[in-house]
Amino acid sequence: MATVQDAPPVQRQRGLQDQDRIFQNLYGHHGADLKSAKKYGDWYKTKEMLLKGHDWLISEIKASGLRGRGGAGFPSGMKWSFMNFKDWDKDTKPRYLVVNADEGEPGTCKDREIMRKDPHKLIEGCLVAGRAMNCTSAYIYIRGEFYHEATVLQRAIQEAYKEGLIGKNACGSGYDFDVFLHRGMGAYVCGEETSLIESLEGKPGKPRLKPPFPAAVGLFGCPSTVANVETIAVAPTIIRRGGSWFNSFGRERNSGTKLFCISGHVNNPCTVEEEMSIPLKELIEKHAGGVTGGWDNLKAIIPGGSSTPILPRSICDEQLMDFDALKDSQSGLGTAAVIVMDQSTDVVRAIARLSKFYHHESCGQCTPCREGSKWTEQIMQRFEQGRAREREIDMMQELTKQVEGHTICALGEAFAWPVQGLIRHFRPELEARIQATAKKSGGEMLAGGWQHDAGKHGMLISPGQ
Amino acid sequence: MSSILAPWARKSSARVFRAAIREQRRTFQVAAARRSDSLNVHRDTPENNLSIPFKFNAQNEKLIEEVLTRYPSQYKKAAVMPLLDLGQRQHGFTSISVMNEVARLLEMPPMRVYEVATFYTMYNRNPVGRFHVQCCTTTPCQLRDSDGVMKAIEEHLGIHPGETTEDKMFTFTEVECLGACANAPMIQINDDYYEDLTPETTKSILTALKEAALKTGASGGAAGLAGSAGQDEVEGKPSEKQLKLGGSGYSAQGASIPAPGPMSKRTSCEPLRGLTSLNSEMWTGESTLRKDGAL
Repeated sequence: MATVQDAPPVQRQRGLQDQDRIFQNLYGHHGADLKSAKKYGDWYKTKEMLLKGHDWLISEIKASGLRGRGGAGFPSGMKWSFMNFKDWDKDTKPRYLVVNADEGEPGTCKDREIMRKDPHKLIEGCLVAGRAMNCTSAYIYIRGEFYHEATVLQRAIQEAYKEGLIGKNACGSGYDFDVFLHRGMGAYVCGEETSLIESLEGKPGKPRLKPPFPAAVGLFGCPSTVANVETIAVAPTIIRRGGSWFNSFGRERNSGTKLFCISGHVNNPCTVEEEMSIPLKELIEKHAGGVTGGWDNLKAIIPGGSSTPILPRSICDEQLMDFDALKDSQSGLGTAAVIVMDQSTDVVRAIARLSKFYHHESCGQCTPCREGSKWTEQIMQRFEQGRAREREIDMMQELTKQVEGHTICALGEAFAWPVQGLIRHFRPELEARIQATAKKSGGEMLAGGWQHDAGKHGMLISPGQ
Repeated sequence: MSSILAPWARKSSARVFRAAIREQRRTFQVAAARRSDSLNVHRDTPENNLSIPFKFNAQNEKLIEEVLTRYPSQYKKAAVMPLLDLGQRQHGFTSISVMNEVARLLEMPPMRVYEVATFYTMYNRNPVGRFHVQCCTTTPCQLRDSDGVMKAIEEHLGIHPGETTEDKMFTFTEVECLGACANAPMIQINDDYYEDLTPETTKSILTALKEAALKTGASGGAAGLAGSAGQDEVEGKPSEKQLKLGGSGYSAQGASIPAPGPMSKRTSCEPLRGLTSLNSEMWTGESTLRKDGAL
């Protein structure tokens, strides 16, 4: 390539100290009530922060290098600044901050821990981020299955209202700000920002076309910004401790700390806060007690929640966990939900199950996704049993490429990528399986999963084979 | 004309000939049964039809008033989801009468309510048993043997996903990711998450629930109001008390239900064999405040 490549950013710091973790109550050290939260640093100097004004707050977030924690990794400071467009103050419409707590990505279980143990971090975050964007109120859209989490959060909201921390003249800063809770009712697609807005408006959660972007026309037709729980919850701490403090962790452009959820075949699955750019191997060995049966028993890892492509062991050995490093490995950080699979795993089945998940959760609005997710599921089920023809692997690749980028929201990519990752790294396994079935049944299957002698038995098979 | 038709005639006669020598069989294509969802259309049944009246009770009417204050007054219909949920909690499932009543209250066309009720999977449009057992089988749970848990439930209850036991005690569904992946495998029963399961613990939970229901009439979870669920979490004294998670267990009249949450020795998402982080002394806001004096 003739383009100039940046030198790889250097690792600046290693070994996160407890003092530098943001979510102190991740393991339930103390209660989720206001008194405990205040004792451990929440709502400390919030008034001073609010009085600094939106420009200072946004510049602080920009300096921290915080990138959205919901999966896409868009720089938060920049996203928030879109709300303060030219002449925003002449606009009389209300302005909303919408917090996306519809955590549904398989593998991800970080927002739940924040909401049930550190709800005040989130509420304070709403206030601070809301001030930075000059919002009038915040809606927290929590997924419906999190009933107890919603209860804890609602109680925390009421406590904050009672203390005058939010509501009229929040924290005595002269700024009015409301926080409302809205429970979803079980739709993965509502984790997409425009779909979440639709759902909040009392409609089926089908994503909207962009533009107009939510920052112009969002919730109830007013300027709004949708942000992930973790992004919002870390904001007050970043501002209290300084953007440069947050920026000192991880590599350049991938700074800060992050909650990692480690699930699957590890000895001690857990959720843990670590610095960005931590090597994958170190993360698993240090916090999750290693892969079951040792690192050599590892087969593959899905590094960032179900929609990021799977990585085989050879890549995992040296992989750093941040946005850019994973992108270079043709995967993604997503929500940093590490799903570990050991040698005993049937990877084809694991990905086939994800295809089923996406088929179930497709909202049915765009044809490529509605039909493609179903086809993908069916073909993956055949692959799982080896009832396919080898050239169908290429056909599958083509199918996922046809869906990618041709849908309104990212669900199209979300179900295409895991399958592409499987084909990229585990093609021999797919082929072996197909060949084994062919051997057993006495001839290569016909495309579409028909037995090789289906025609002889008078079955109506698709033409051209 | 004949020249135009000729190729067609030749082809079709060949087709007739081929069909004559070999029997054509073609099965009907039927849509695959979608077990975790129900049909997307309404069918009148004795327990779900238009002639069954539905009214919100006084307690829920108060709640509705509160819920409506959360949304802008001209966007009343934003409250459709919480209202349908309240209706479902009061009635047991989201019947057609519940939907119509919500439509009337929010002054929106009933069709808009039906759209919402059919889109979201948590609205049960058919009656469910007293305990709605939802087993997650998505990849992270699958890797930690949700198959074993599924099998245990099927064996124990004698039903398959999508079915209800004859005594109307349990409904069993297979669901997609419930967002407790570090505590996999898990099931949700009504509002409660039971995590870190094995086939044995799953069976013991189901046994305990049934026993409690038969002895005391308890129905698990909190129907309607939140009640005291979650109170423990927010009323813990600062730092002295380790947070109690999940809901509360239940023990009365000789029956006891295990407290929801992990069934292993964990309290929540920490590593099972000792903390690997957050084990030093806790710090405060003052000690970590930025040094540049901006605040």
